[in-house]
Amino acid sequence: RADRPHGHGLSSSHNSSGGSTLLGYIGIDTIIEQMRKKTMKTGFDFNIMVVGHSGLGKSTLVNTLFKSHVSRKSAGWARDEKIPKTVEIKAVSHVIEEGGVKMKLTVVDTPGFGDQINNDNCWEPISKYINEQYEKFLKEEVNITRKKRIPDTRVHCCIYFISPTGHFLRQLDTEFMKRLSHSVNIIPVIAKADTMTLEERQEFKQRVRKELEVSGIEFYPQKEFDEDMEDKSDNDKIREAMPFAVVGSDKEYQVNGKRVLGRKTAWGIVEVENPNHCEFAQLRDFLIRSHLQDLKEVTHNIHYETYRAKRLNENGEYYNQ
Amino acid sequence: MYMLYEASINRMRVSVCVSLKQRNLEGYVGFANLPNQVYRKSVKRGFEFTLMVVGESGLGKSTLINSLFLTDLYSKDYPGPSQRIKKTVQVEQSKVLIKEGGVQLTLTIVDTPGFGDAVDNSNCWQPVINYIDSKCEDFLNAESRVNRRSMPDNRVHCCLYFIAPSGHGLKPLDIEFMKRLHDKVNVIPLIAKADTLTPEECQLFKKQIMKEIQEHKIKIYEFPDTEDDDDNKLIRKIKEKMPLAVVGSNVVIEVNGKKVRGRQYPWGVAEVENGEHCDFTVLRNMLIRTHMQDLKDVTNNVHYENYRSKKLAAVTCNGVDTSKTKGQLTKYGTISGKYPLAQMEEERREHVMKMKKMEAEMEQVFEMKVKEKKQKLKDSEAELERRHEQMKRNLEAQYKELEEKRRVFEEEKANWEAQQRILEQQKLDASKTMEKNKKKGKIF
Repeated sequence: RADRPHGHGLSSSHNSSGGSTLLGYIGIDTIIEQMRKKTMKTGFDFNIMVVGHSGLGKSTLVNTLFKSHVSRKSAGWARDEKIPKTVEIKAVSHVIEEGGVKMKLTVVDTPGFGDQINNDNCWEPISKYINEQYEKFLKEEVNITRKKRIPDTRVHCCIYFISPTGHFLRQLDTEFMKRLSHSVNIIPVIAKADTMTLEERQEFKQRVRKELEVSGIEFYPQKEFDEDMEDKSDNDKIREAMPFAVVGSDKEYQVNGKRVLGRKTAWGIVEVENPNHCEFAQLRDFLIRSHLQDLKEVTHNIHYETYRAKRLNENGEYYNQ
Repeated sequence: MYMLYEASINRMRVSVCVSLKQRNLEGYVGFANLPNQVYRKSVKRGFEFTLMVVGESGLGKSTLINSLFLTDLYSKDYPGPSQRIKKTVQVEQSKVLIKEGGVQLTLTIVDTPGFGDAVDNSNCWQPVINYIDSKCEDFLNAESRVNRRSMPDNRVHCCLYFIAPSGHGLKPLDIEFMKRLHDKVNVIPLIAKADTLTPEECQLFKKQIMKEIQEHKIKIYEFPDTEDDDDNKLIRKIKEKMPLAVVGSNVVIEVNGKKVRGRQYPWGVAEVENGEHCDFTVLRNMLIRTHMQDLKDVTNNVHYENYRSKKLAAVTCNGVDTSKTKGQLTKYGTISGKYPLAQMEEERREHVMKMKKMEAEMEQVFEMKVKEKKQKLKDSEAELERRHEQMKRNLEAQYKELEEKRRVFEEEKANWEAQQRILEQQKLDASKTMEKNKKKGKIF
């Protein structure tokens, strides 16, 4: 401290715990700005998977979420396409840009899930796909000469669509979620929420939540990964409101002088972004505006690490040689 | 054989029909009143109608039934089958008696909870088919009896199949089910929870479904053409709207001062009885007000006859019953030359046998009871004997004791008397000596 000119007028103090208050502006906080610039240049990947049986509005919802036609619904997919006999995995990638930030969004669709008469093991192709992505990443990581930036194709988030029966979860729903909640972040949503009145929605949500709890299904945000009290209180609020009851639409209508996305029926217009009508806005904020990075981190730090540990234990001898 | 007998009657009738010509009446005869007589008779008898609802759980089947018949067949205290989770497909029936304008209708609703809900739904249509066949068989048996005064008609007259409003097309399960059931029952496909779809989506969906139905050659219930032109126009309009998109509700909401049944959303009220909102009124009119009798007729003339001819052909063609039925049908086909009288004898014999069996059973029960009672009595007798013995023994013991005491007493008495005697003797001796002494003294 002696070499510091006193003219700066800043007191010097020294914490015994090791931290010290600064005596001048260093500029450490500019690191945030640097990170931002870097991210903007490199852009980032986000992989989202949608699962649910056909006719639940998965493609429409993804289009609405990202406000652009990123799902196969718009790519001239005619309705004459038959329901596939086995579950297929179709991944479509798009690059979208907003405010200078580029995002490579990959939407993984699973046509044929739950559509057959016998749906035994229809979750296996999906499980296999998820593990394959982890495997690819692991291989790249384990390489001697690694790429500068490993392409991340791992599924960061899996949106599971629950059919709005109003009664209970179907057996297929619980089976799927039980098996996959430990390898990927599952976000359950209630599809086509305009089928139910508000009271029916509340009752259904409570019943679904209770069933998920009883079956031990940990959906994202998982309670065990809350880092501190702030996280916990935020996430608790979100967990109380889940599963979100959503409505998707890519058509715009005029309501009260504004152009809104919605569905026009003979008795009124369902506004997609109106929180009184459905919870789409909540889902979008949660998914994109606040927890996008967290989804990626949980996938990388927890799900991927679990997979990696399992694989390395299996192939212990191989790597030790 | 009974069948030949009937067929020969028909042949005779045919020869009569040929010479029929329409003649004009020259006065009022009065048989124009015939429909009224039929009407009065049927009103007295009452009507029966069996309606089956099939579809995955959560498609609003119970609500629709409640809305159609304006009753609370499924209410909060007796929730519909979909409120209870089922592991396998069940077939449940509930009966309700509805009276309106002096006409009474016995309505049976057959529900199929658990249909299409499992992960593996192969053969989930089997319980449904079994139910329909068993009802047809019951009717066939009742029809073949000699004594058929009361023939309840429990056959399924109409099957409402609920299609989930996905907006895409039919699911493989829908196609399989309808293909298997279109020969056995009148199938009317409905689009459930139609307030999920916008009008355009609904149109596309309907077209897609009809296309797929034609592709797979599924025979859904067809409305018969009538001779009346106006009615035909109505029927054509209904045909265009197939499959009907329905919404069910029994909740009354006020809209623009009017009370209507509907569903209240934040963005509006979907009215159940509004023709522009959904096709509920079309369904109700068609099912109840205009085509109920036709549904019953088609069931009787087409589906039931199909079943009957298949059944009887299977039986008579081999001479041995290849199907798994028991009861009248087996005897009917294999024993040829059975006249109605003989069959009556059969039935009487059966009845007598049954009575004998019941008698034997009763006798058995009676015997058993008698045995039990006897046993009880014996037991109590033995018990009494035992007690008697014991008491006797007690008595004897006491007697002996007493005897013993008496003996001792006697002994003592004897002793004492002996002692007394000795004492007395001594006293006597003493007195004698004293006297002697006295005498001796006097001498001195």
